[in-house]
Amino acid sequence: MYKAKVLIKRRPSILDPQGKAVEKGALHLGLKNISNTRIDKYIEFLIDADEEKAAKEEVNLYCSKLLANPIMEDFEFELEKVK
Amino acid sequence: MKVKFGVVVFPGSNCDHDAYYSLKKILGHEVNFLWHKDTDLQNSDVIILPGGFSYGDYLRTGAIARFSPIMNSVISFAETGGYVMGICNGFQILLEAGLLPGIMLKNKSLQFVCKDVYLTVENRDTVFTKETNLNKKLKIPVAHGDGNYFADEKTLKSLIENKQIVFKYSSINGEKKESDNPNGSVMDIAGIINKRGNILGMMPHPERSCNPVLGKTDGVFIFNSLAKSILN
Repeated sequence: MYKAKVLIKRRPSILDPQGKAVEKGALHLGLKNISNTRIDKYIEFLIDADEEKAAKEEVNLYCSKLLANPIMEDFEFELEKVK
Repeated sequence: MKVKFGVVVFPGSNCDHDAYYSLKKILGHEVNFLWHKDTDLQNSDVIILPGGFSYGDYLRTGAIARFSPIMNSVISFAETGGYVMGICNGFQILLEAGLLPGIMLKNKSLQFVCKDVYLTVENRDTVFTKETNLNKKLKIPVAHGDGNYFADEKTLKSLIENKQIVFKYSSINGEKKESDNPNGSVMDIAGIINKRGNILGMMPHPERSCNPVLGKTDGVFIFNSLAKSILN
C-alpha cells in the first residue's frame, strides 16, 4: 500500500481568479506586501499496490486523466509506503 | 413611520435587489443600497447582508466579504446594538466575521438546494420574531450550496441555553424529520441570533416570501416584527 501526496498547480501563465479575489481580502485586512496569491490543489489518497512502479503508473494516470487538466495545470507527487 | 434599511452590495451579491424590492415596494420602508467599499451606513436602522455569492465564494463562503471596508462599520454598528440581518450568504459572512458562532459546511447532499421549506419559530421573544404566530410554520424558500450549519458541542449547548436558535427546518406540521432538513444542518438549525439579540443570521430567504404574487408571504412576519420593534 502506498500513500500519494499530489500537488496540482495552475500554469503560471493561467489566471487564478480565486487567488486574485483572496488577495483583495488581504489588502482590506491591511496586508500591503502580499502579491501573486495562487490557490492550488493538494490531494492525498491510498493506492493498493505492491510495487512502487505500479503505484506510480496508477498515480500518473489518475493525475493526467482526472485530477489535473494538463492543458492548464501541472502536477507533481510523492509516494510513501504505508502498511 | 418608516424604518430605514441599508442593504449592503458586495461583488457577487444577487439578492440585494430582492431585499430592496420587498422592503421598499411591498412593505413601504425606506431602503438604501450600501456599497461594500463605502464605510457610511447612511443612518440605517437595520443593515441587511443579502444573499449571493460574494467574491465568488472563493476560499470559504463569506471569508473575503468579511474584510470589505463596509464590514468594519457593520461590526461597530452591531457591537453597539444596531440591528443586523444576514440572509443566506449574509449569514455566512456574519459567521466568518465572528458576529455569530459556528460555520457553514457544504450541503450534506452535495447539491445546491433551491426550494420552499417550512420553519418552526423556536424563539418568539426576539425583535425578529415577535409578530410570528406560535403555531404557524413559516414557508420560506432556501437557495444555497453551503447551508449545512455546524458548531461544536460547547457552542450548541450555549446556543440552546441562551435561546439563540431562532428557526429550525421542519415539515409543514412542525415535525423534525431528516427529509425536511434541506442541507444536513446540526439540530435542523436554519437561523440563529446573537446573545444580545440584535444580530440574526438565517439561510432561508424571507425577502423572497413577501410578494403575494409569488404564492408565499411569511417573510413579512419577520420584517414586520423588526419594524414594529424599532418603531415602538
